[in-house]
Amino acid sequence: MSRLVRLLSLVLVGAWLAPAGRAAEREILVSAAITLKEALAEAGAAFERMHPDVRVAFNFASSGQLKAQIENGAPVDVFISASGDEMTALAAKGLLLPDTRVDIARNELVLVRRAAEAGALSSIGDLGRAGVRRIAVGNPASVPAGRYAREVLAQAGLTAAVAAKLILAENVRQVLDYVARGEVDAGFVYRTDARVDARVTVVAEAPAASHAPILYPAAALKTTRDAEAARAFVAFLGSPEGRALFAKHGFEAPPARP
Amino acid sequence: MDDASFFSFRLSLQVALLATVIVAITGGVTAYLLATRRFRGKTAVEVLVTLPLVLPPTVTGYYLVVLLGRHGWLGSALEAVTGGSIVFTWWAAVLASAIVAFPLMVRTTQAAIESVDRTMIDTAYTLGYSELQTALRVVLPLARRGILAGVSLAFARAIGEFGATLMLAGNIPGRTDTMPLAIYSAASSGDWGRAHGLVAVLTLASAALLYAAHKLGRVRW
Repeated sequence: MSRLVRLLSLVLVGAWLAPAGRAAEREILVSAAITLKEALAEAGAAFERMHPDVRVAFNFASSGQLKAQIENGAPVDVFISASGDEMTALAAKGLLLPDTRVDIARNELVLVRRAAEAGALSSIGDLGRAGVRRIAVGNPASVPAGRYAREVLAQAGLTAAVAAKLILAENVRQVLDYVARGEVDAGFVYRTDARVDARVTVVAEAPAASHAPILYPAAALKTTRDAEAARAFVAFLGSPEGRALFAKHGFEAPPARP
Repeated sequence: MDDASFFSFRLSLQVALLATVIVAITGGVTAYLLATRRFRGKTAVEVLVTLPLVLPPTVTGYYLVVLLGRHGWLGSALEAVTGGSIVFTWWAAVLASAIVAFPLMVRTTQAAIESVDRTMIDTAYTLGYSELQTALRVVLPLARRGILAGVSLAFARAIGEFGATLMLAGNIPGRTDTMPLAIYSAASSGDWGRAHGLVAVLTLASAALLYAAHKLGRVRW
C-alpha cells in the first residue's frame, strides 16, 4: 500500500507544479506560422504597451497545422499564415471576420549553398549540371516554400533535369540544416531563414516573376470572443510601426493594396 | 536556465508524470482485463489500443482535435458541461501524452500478466481470495517487473511527446510549450544555443527518472 501513498504524493506534486491560471482581463490568441516567431513576439509586446488591458498569446506551428486546428473549432482570435492558400481556404469556409484580411509581410525565395564550399554553383541554372547532385526543397504537398521552389524550377526549364536530385524536407528549417551540414549541394529557403544561419550563403535570388508572390496574410477569425482587440491587433501589424518590426527581421513590405 | 526554459521543464515534468499516473491506472486495468478475459471482439480492442503506436503522432493529434474541438461531438459535449474547451490548455497536453503512451503500458503489462503462473492464481482463488485480492496481492507482485517496464516506457513516451501535443494543446509560450515544443520553437528560429540546452536538460532529467524507476523495480515491495 505504500506504493499507493507514493503514487498519491506524485499526484500532489503534480498539483503543486500546476501553473496558476493567470486570467488576464482581455486576451487574444494569435495562431501564427512559426517563421514569424521573433518578429511577432516583438509586435505582441509593442501592442501590449499600446493596449495595457489586452494580453497577446501566441500559438506557433506550421500554417497547415494551424489551419486544421481552426477548422475544428480551436479558440483562436487571429490567424497569420505563411501563404495565402491556407487563409483563402479558411475564407471559403466563412471562418474569417469580413474585411480583416491583410497582407502584413513579404518574403523572397533564395538558393543557398554551404558557405564553406565554394562549389561550381553560381546561379539557379547551374542546378541542372552534373556537379550538383542533391537539392533540398520543402515538400510541395505541405510546405509552401516547396511549392514556390517547384514553380521557380519549372520557370527555369529545370523540372526534368533536377527531378532525381530533389530531397524533400518537412519544413524550410530542415532544408537550411541539410545545406548547412553539407548533406545537400543546395537548397531553396526564404531570405529570412538564410540570414539566421552563418553556415550558408545565398547563391541567387529567385526572380520575383518566376513564382507567386510570397505573402503573409493575417486576419481576425469569426470564432474570436474579442473582435475589437483581434481587429486592433491585425490593424497594428499592417500599420507602419508593425511593418517596421517585420523589416527589422528581414521581411519586405507587401505590395500596396490595389 | 531562463524563466521560459524553466517553465517548459516544469510543465514537461508535470504533464509527463500526470499522464503516466493516468496511463498506469487505466492502462493497467485494460491490460489486466485483456490478459484475463475472453470476449467477442477482443482482437478488435487490442488493435484499437495499439493504434496510437502505429499512427504518426500528428495524425493522432489531428483525430483528437477533430473529436475534442468545439465542433467535435465530444468537444461540444464537454464544452456544454464545463463551459470551456480543452483544446490549447495544458490538460490537452496531458491527454495527448497519455493517449500516445497508452499502448506501451497496455502491451507490456498485458504480456507480463499473461506470463504469471496460472497455478498461483488458481491457488489464490482456492484459498478464498476474491478476484480483486488475487489481482492486487498475487498477480501484481508477480508481474511487477513487466508492469514497471510498461510504466517507464509510458513515461519516456509521454515526456518526449511532440506531434499530438502540438495539434491538441498548441505551441503557446508560457502555457502549453512543453520541452519538445520549446526545442522545436528554438530550432525553428535558429536559436541553437537554447535548443541544445533544452535537449541536454530533457535528456538528463529523463535518464535520471528512468534510472530511478529501474532501481525501484529491484526493490522488494
